[in-house]
Amino acid sequence: MPISEILFWFLSAVAVICAMLVVVVKNPVYSALCLILTFFAIAGHYFLLNAQFLAAVHIIVYAGAIMVLFLYIIMMVNMHGNMGFTKRTLFEIISAISAGLLLLVLTVAGKQADLSQLTKSAANIGTVESLGNSLFNEFLLPFEISALLFLSAMVGAVLLSKKQLS
Amino acid sequence: MPINYYLILSAILFCIGAFGVMFRRNAILKFMCIELMLNAVNLLMVAFSTVWGQAQGQVFVFFIMAVAAAEVAIGLAILMMIFRNIRSTDTSILSKLKW
Repeated sequence: MPISEILFWFLSAVAVICAMLVVVVKNPVYSALCLILTFFAIAGHYFLLNAQFLAAVHIIVYAGAIMVLFLYIIMMVNMHGNMGFTKRTLFEIISAISAGLLLLVLTVAGKQADLSQLTKSAANIGTVESLGNSLFNEFLLPFEISALLFLSAMVGAVLLSKKQLS
Repeated sequence: MPINYYLILSAILFCIGAFGVMFRRNAILKFMCIELMLNAVNLLMVAFSTVWGQAQGQVFVFFIMAVAAAEVAIGLAILMMIFRNIRSTDTSILSKLKW
């Protein structure tokens, strides 16, 4: 068994187990920490797929920025007494069944798809150079629009978190 | 690794996220599960982009990350507003629009 295969199974197991823990763990802080572990496992997958730039960006953006924001909000919002679990067992059963059916449909669709002619291409596309070329030639307009989106998100977040709108 | 394994791994992660969104009542936990679903899709996009040998998929993942960051900033600000009004982040209390 080559080392990349062992790494694949290990990272997959870590990702799936930690994702399950995110859903079932009672304390929201532990959920956030498990989610960070899941993100690191997914970043490892990106490394295995030769996407070095995305792996670095993923760790910086998710583990560095988004999860810090989540932990900060958990700290500010006092959640004692309510851990967000449903008391209605019927609701639990319905959500479990529907998620299971979704998984069944996706898995069967993935099994049926004939992807055997796809093999890993030799082109090294995950580097900063090739992604930057694509981003600033082909996707320049979306890039600028996403800058506008960030500006509006920043203004919106400041506006929403003010005590009262004058 | 064959692409089918990545397909199934992303399907599992996506379904765990979808289950979490339905199962938990805490709005912050729901947000985390939405991030999990976004990441499952990202993983599949990177896998297919590597297999095809084209960079567009990875650029899309880059944009998804940017939009997710903006979404989390706005969403958590809304969450703080809700918490300030009803002193809770339980989504089952927010049922005024339900008939």
